Parts: sequence; C-alpha cells; structure tokens
Amino acid sequence: MKPLRLRRLSAQAALIPTWVIVIFAYLGTILWTIRISFTSSGILPKYDFVGFEQYERLFRSARWIISVQNLAIFGVMFIVGCLVLGFLMAVFLDQRIKGEGIFRTIFLYPYAMSFIVTGLVWAWILNPTLGIQHAMHNWGWTSFSFDWLARGDRAIYMVGFAGIWQSAGLVMAILLAGLRGIDEDIWKAARVDGIPTWRVYISIVIPMMSGMFVTAIVLLAIAVVKVYDIVVAMTGGGPGISTEVPAKFVIDYLFNRQNIALATAAASVMFVAVLVVLGPWLYRQYFRKERRAA
Amino acid sequence: MNTVTKNRALAVVASAAFGLAGMQAQAADKAEVIHWWTSGGEHAAVMEFEKAFDAQGGDWVDAAVAGGGGDAARTDGINRIIGGNPPTAMQFNTGKQFDELVSNGLLRNLDPLAKEYGWKDKINPVLLNAVSVDGHMYAVPVDIHSNTWLWYSPEVLKKAGLEPPKTWDDLLTDLAALKKDGVIPLAQAGDAWTQVLTFYNVLITQGGKDLYMKIIKDHDVDAVKSPEFLKVAETFGKLRDYVDPGMQGRQWNQAIALVIDNKAGFNFMGDWAKGEIDVNKKVPGKDVGCIPGLGHQTYWVGGDVFVFPKVKSKAEQASQALLAKVLLEPKVQLAFNEKKGAVPVLKDVSSEGMDQCAQKGLALLKSGDYVPSSDILITPDMSGSIQDLVSAYFTDKSQTPQQFVDQFAAIIGG
Repeated sequence: MKPLRLRRLSAQAALIPTWVIVIFAYLGTILWTIRISFTSSGILPKYDFVGFEQYERLFRSARWIISVQNLAIFGVMFIVGCLVLGFLMAVFLDQRIKGEGIFRTIFLYPYAMSFIVTGLVWAWILNPTLGIQHAMHNWGWTSFSFDWLARGDRAIYMVGFAGIWQSAGLVMAILLAGLRGIDEDIWKAARVDGIPTWRVYISIVIPMMSGMFVTAIVLLAIAVVKVYDIVVAMTGGGPGISTEVPAKFVIDYLFNRQNIALATAAASVMFVAVLVVLGPWLYRQYFRKERRAA
Repeated sequence: MNTVTKNRALAVVASAAFGLAGMQAQAADKAEVIHWWTSGGEHAAVMEFEKAFDAQGGDWVDAAVAGGGGDAARTDGINRIIGGNPPTAMQFNTGKQFDELVSNGLLRNLDPLAKEYGWKDKINPVLLNAVSVDGHMYAVPVDIHSNTWLWYSPEVLKKAGLEPPKTWDDLLTDLAALKKDGVIPLAQAGDAWTQVLTFYNVLITQGGKDLYMKIIKDHDVDAVKSPEFLKVAETFGKLRDYVDPGMQGRQWNQAIALVIDNKAGFNFMGDWAKGEIDVNKKVPGKDVGCIPGLGHQTYWVGGDVFVFPKVKSKAEQASQALLAKVLLEPKVQLAFNEKKGAVPVLKDVSSEGMDQCAQKGLALLKSGDYVPSSDILITPDMSGSIQDLVSAYFTDKSQTPQQFVDQFAAIIGG
C-alpha cells in the first residue's frame, strides 16, 4: 500500500508545475478576460462594473454580426469542402496508381504553406487587375469577368476556397492512412457479393473510418474558430467589412481601437460558443471513455 | 496589412524580451525613443532629430518598431509604460491616443519646459490644444500632416481635354469623362483607413468646416441628419462609380503610383504621398497636381507628437528635457519636416524652399482655414466604428446615402 501511495504522491508533485500553469495561465486569464468584459476599460484595465453594456454594444455592431455570419459561411464551406475534396483525393490515391508518391506530395504541398502565404498568393491570383481576369483579357477574351474577391457579397467564398485549397491535403493524408488500414478481406468479400465499389465506400469504408473523420473534423474546426491570418493576408477584412471574422474583431479592438472591454466581451462570446459546441463532444470523447476504461 | 500583423507579433515578442533586458541596461543619460518611422524617407527625417540631439550632448537610443500605422510601436510602448519600464520618449499621432495615459498620471507634465522656452506662443494653436489636457502640456508636436489632398495627373487630364477641377461637380464630370476614355478615373487603395480619409475630405471640403466640427467635435446628431450631410453622403457615394476593380488589395503607395505613372486621373491621399512622388523623381505641384480640398479649401491638421513618460532617474529626466528642447528648435524642425514631407509646427517659419503643395498648405494654415484631424477630436474606438461604416458603404453600391446617414447618426449619438 504505502509504496503505491508514495509513488502517487511523487507523481502528483511532478504535476504541480503543470497545475500551476493550467490554473494561472489558462483558467486565470480566462476568468480575468471575462471579468474585464463587464467593465468600461479602455486602453488600460479598469475594475468597475457596467453589467452587460459591452455585450449589448457587441450585438448591435454590424461588424460583429457580419463577422459571426462569415465564420459560419467559412466554417461550413471549409469543413465540408476539405472533407469531400480530401476524401476524393485519398480514394484516387488508394487505387494503386502509378506515381502515387508524386501526387501525394503535390496534394499535400499546399499544407506546408502558412495561411499568410496562401492568402497572399490567392489575393494576387484572384485580383481582377493582376490575376486570372487580367490574363484572360490579355489573351483576347475580354468579356471574361472574375472579380469575386473584389465584391463584398462574394469575397468570403473566395477566402473559403483558398482555405480548402490549403487544408484539403491534410484531410487526404489522414483519410489515406485510414483507407490503407481497411482490411483487404473486406474488399474481397464485397467483390464476391458483387457490391459496386462506390457502395462499399459509402456503406462500409466510411463508417469504418469514423475515427479518422472525427480527427479531421476536429482539426478543421479548430482552424475555423481561430481563422485570422488568411483573412488578414487575403482581404484585410475587405471589401469594406465584408470578410471580417471574430478573431480579427478581437485583435482590432484590443490593440488598435483601445477598447479592451469590448474586445474581451467578443473573446468571451467566442469562448462560450466553442464551449457550447465542443463541450458535450469532449465530455463524450474523453471522460466517458476514461471511466469505461477504469 | 500582412506585414503589419507579422510585425505586431514580432513587436509583442520583442517587447517582452526588451522589457527584461531594458531593466538592467537603463544607463543614466541615454534617451530611448520609440517611434515607427522606418520607411526610407521617414528614416532620413528621424536621423535629423538624432543628429541634433547627439550634437547637444544627448545619446539617442533608437527603438523603432516597424509597421506603417504605428499600431505595433504604440502597443509596445504602452505596455512598457504600464509595466513600469517606460522608454524616455515615445511617438504618438496628434490626438487622443495618449489621453488615457495622461488621466492615469503616467506622462510627464511639460508646463515648466513650455514656460522656459515660450512654446505656448510659438506652436500652432490647434496643435497646442491637441497636446494639452486641462491646459497642461503633455506632448511635443513635431510635424503637421494634412490628410485631405486630391492628387491628379496633369498629363492624363490634358490628354482627355480636361481642366483640373475646382468644385466637386467639376470632379464628378471629369471622372465621368475619364471613365468613358477607358482610363482609371480614381485610383484608390483597398485599405479601410484610406477610404475614411477620402470621406473626411468630402465632409470637410464640401460640407464645410462648421458641419465637420458640429458632427465630429460636438457629436451633434441633428447635423448628421441635415440635408448638407446627406449631400456629402451622396457625393461620397458617387465616387464609388469611378474606382476600378483593382482597388481591393492595393496599397496607398501603389494607388498614388498609378497617378504618378499617368495611368490614372485622380487619387485622394494625405501629403505623405509626396514621399512617393519624390522617390519617382517628380515634382509635387508640377508633375503631379495637388488640390488641398475642392470647394472649401481646408487644411486638416494632424501629425505626430512625442510624449515623455514619468521616469524616476534625474539623469533621464534631464535627457527628456534636452530632447524636448531639441525637437522644437526651428532649425531642427525645418530639417526634419523637409525630409518628412510635412510642415513645421512652429508658427513663424519661412516657407522658402518648400514645394508648391507645402506652400499651399502653409497659406491655408496662416489664413486660419484649418480644422483639427478626427484623431484629435474623437477616440480611437469611435474612429474605428466610423471606419467600419465608411468602408462598408464605399465598397457596397447597394447601400443608399440615407442608410449611411442613419447608421452614422447611430454612431455619433453613441
């Protein structure tokens, strides 16, 4: 008994620094952020109390509403697009084609670039006076028009497109690993039964790879919530405020507009939203499994 | 924008690192100066300060933080002041950016120095007012920039058989003619702040000084709902028809470059555009025309200041006093502002040797045709809200002037 307890004690002691960091650096700052969001702080923190004033202003702000809508559009488009494209690419590579290594590298290459570089490159390609449209005009097709990035009602889709271009390769890599893990015998059995290939993928392979899909979705979802750099690089939030996102709202009010109360209110809303969406799932994934294992 | 962000991230890291290093290295008579003048012309200008300061026995330690708008530099400096490790001096834009530092008692009161050197009689009153809180002086203004200029290419206008415009209606006619000729009528940048400057240009020079002051200074909602302001919104809205699709993603210097290269007719930009004109070996006022406002010609007084955080060491206080004195010496002011493309802050400097555009600006300053910049009158918070609204309106043709007016009234009414 005693040695075990001692061992546990030393294990706990070794964890103390981690606990200190978690409590002060993570929980502490989260609580502090929420506290500040109920004050009238400007450039410096002030510890008064103004109730939900900042939150009211936040939800009256056209820019915040647009930011949230954009996050939804970008999020759905990005996650669905990456999954579909990534899965198709993975299936394509799984056909034991020639030069698989080359294709795999090409498909995964965009992911080696940061969002900043991705954004900048696509900003140039999609710029009507520099990129595709300009090239088409030079080649004589003068009626060609592709100016979505310069149009407020379409620009966010272009940001989503660039995001998919960058991240679909990651999904491909994850799903390809999953496909390679599918037992050959399943394929043989399906062939014996005369089931068409597409049906095998949809009814058998995809359900078997649900773990891989969850991993991919979680990684993509995290990228969606913190999306900032690709917008800054590609559009700067423009035209106008049409491609603003919540993270950019927080940064702008924190540093440029000297209103940390409003910035922390926005950050708190983001935090709560993530918690509401991810909380039940995290609980299911980790805590219940642990209990079952114990 | 992307470099600004990257630089900001760097600056945060750097400020953390310097914060530690600086604490030990704070030697007695050094003057550590935070500023964001890092482009070619700006660097040459700030070197004039450094040379003059060092010549009089100071020791200038340059702490430049890159990033055009100065966000990174201000974040860095403010965090150091709050953290108890202030720099000797720090740059701000003329205006309200440092008000909260004053109200929290973090900046040095410059009244004794002002009295000693007679600054209150020598400095342009608008600027003096802008750096004073409750009658006490808290910052040293170093330059005057006007943000409301209209630049044009005389060659493009000549080719199209047009005259430089004198009124807003002239401008709209010219723009329409250029559009028909297939030239870019109005080259603008995609960044929101450039669109805000254009809006203020319309407000001040079409709506007039009084309307601007009523709205921006007194926050008079009735003035926003007046027919005059609706007219401003309409004119500003009409400009949307004459920008080209390449506007999005273009930087301000690329926009003025289109005018310099005679590829576009007009561009709205502040007088720092002269830096670009000089770099291209052209003469402001001759090769590229300048109009300080159509209709009511008005100078929009903004610029840069230095503040001096409260410091304990006597030696550092002495170098603050020396630095403040040097910044405002007439000779240094002239040398600095010539390279900066700005106008000196002292009332009685000769305009000899200045380019035509600077002369025009100086004449307006002398005749009293000027207004304080919006940075002087409103908080960064409200500025930001106006910026969001103006840029959304300018890039979305489906928004009507009336909608713009209503939303503007909501911001001004708080």
